[in-house]
Amino acid sequence: MYKCGSYPVTDKTAISGGIFSANILCPDIAAMAKPGQFAHIKLEGFTLRRPISICGIDRVNGTIRIVFEVRGAGTAKLSHINTGDNLDLLAPLGNGFTLPELAENERAIFVGGGIGVPPLLAAAAVYREQATAILGFRSYDKIILANDFRSIGAEVFTCTDDGSVGMKGQVTVQLKDLLQKGGVGRVFACGPLAMLTTVSQITESFGVPTEVSLEERMGCGVGACAVCACKANKDGKAFMARVCKDGPVFGVKNGEFVALDKEGV
Amino acid sequence: MKPNLFVKVAGVTLTNPVIAASGCYGFGDDYTDLYPPNVLGGVSCKGTTLEPRDGNPTPRIAETHGGILNSVGLQNYGVDKFAADFVPKLKAQGCVVIANIAGSTLEDYAEAVSRLDGTDVDLIELNISCPNVKQGGAAFGVTAEGAALVTKAVRAVTKKPIMVKLTPNVTDIVSIAKAVEAEGADALSLINTLLGMRIDINTRRPVLKNNVGGLSGAAVFPVALRMVWQVANAVDIDVVGLGGISSASDAIEMMLAGAKAVQVGTAIISDPFAPLKIIGGISEYMRVNKIKNLTEIIGKVKPW
Repeated sequence: MYKCGSYPVTDKTAISGGIFSANILCPDIAAMAKPGQFAHIKLEGFTLRRPISICGIDRVNGTIRIVFEVRGAGTAKLSHINTGDNLDLLAPLGNGFTLPELAENERAIFVGGGIGVPPLLAAAAVYREQATAILGFRSYDKIILANDFRSIGAEVFTCTDDGSVGMKGQVTVQLKDLLQKGGVGRVFACGPLAMLTTVSQITESFGVPTEVSLEERMGCGVGACAVCACKANKDGKAFMARVCKDGPVFGVKNGEFVALDKEGV
Repeated sequence: MKPNLFVKVAGVTLTNPVIAASGCYGFGDDYTDLYPPNVLGGVSCKGTTLEPRDGNPTPRIAETHGGILNSVGLQNYGVDKFAADFVPKLKAQGCVVIANIAGSTLEDYAEAVSRLDGTDVDLIELNISCPNVKQGGAAFGVTAEGAALVTKAVRAVTKKPIMVKLTPNVTDIVSIAKAVEAEGADALSLINTLLGMRIDINTRRPVLKNNVGGLSGAAVFPVALRMVWQVANAVDIDVVGLGGISSASDAIEMMLAGAKAVQVGTAIISDPFAPLKIIGGISEYMRVNKIKNLTEIIGKVKPW
């Protein structure tokens, strides 16, 4: 189920260079939302809505949190919202992460690249001390949410492309390292497609079930327009998946993205 | 008194003149969380071909001032799945179902349409105007001869009413409309998208992977309105107007220009409630202006 309506912004902050965080009071949406789902936001003067992943869900206060980067005119407009303004949301959309219960001694690893990090926070909050986050950014001034992951109890590894903070280099090196130590029950990843492809190859070689969240330019957000297509697999058959409705979260099998059923991969 | 919003298109009765346009409303089951599809005058389903198609590579969408460009390229499940799965579901909900059929060859069109003959599809919308694939029928749609050939081939295999969807990417849309009428089409719908392009100035790459795509949305409305007016004045068959309609006043303009009904597409992507707002707005306009029946406004523009 999803809703479409106008909801007030309860706060907005810049959390890094060109990256903003906002909370929106939408009790009906917060009650339904699952980590990995997204909100499709209408902005005055733009025909297309902007799909923004849900970064946090607070059912007690009836809010959802979004974290977004200014990438173009639409997200720039979104960054001008203020506390008390209303946002037109179509949400929650898509399939979220399956978030299965893990054995007590198992860990869930969250691999995020850049603006792919936000949806992982909501998912990691489910696993708390069982969660390990490997977060990659271009440089120190682009780091976001590392402390949020720590505050929910997750172990955090930060990587930067230029080595300005944390490990220099790619999240995948750290991922391999942790997988070699064993005890990983599931991997969740969101970020650039190249990163997701490499992550999937690595986790498959270790036989660890993996869920990835894909990004694609979207139209309607609900599956009606077939704009955000991606090749995927369902019940052993190739099909053109709609990232908005069949995803954005997919499983990984034999190097292919697979549609997740309710039970997961 | 409650205004009467009923209209008849190609012999098919619609409870109101607002139809969901092909490609923006799937098969009527993606917006049911918000409202049931049967509140619309009709549902023109996603463009369907004889065999399933994967469509074009992504990105397939780009924003423009007042509109969007798309290059989906007829991704669809094929006519057999459409007939078996989607048509019965929509009919069970009491919808007027319009099948939007595209093809590469005359034989494809005829075969796809003939497979719908035993179904409860109310109206066949012949898509001879998809600008996004070479095999999307636009080659037929850009000449009067080609458009006539497709209409003739399909007329020969079906008794269902045929509505031919015209492309605006032509020099003389009226001659094409007349050619289609002469071959037995029951109605015309226009316009499909206008061929357009955007370029990313940093990468110097077109925004769409297909390089070019179809422009739709509010930006195209005046072009669509002009073409509907020209065509409605030139043919005797019913005309359904579409292209950038996003408000009740747009829809009323279209009807004044001669459209018996309208289709709403891109506006749904922006605001899923757009068709309902348009239906409500038309009703309000009729109440305020004491219009009892839509025939009082259809084609009633008073040109200078």
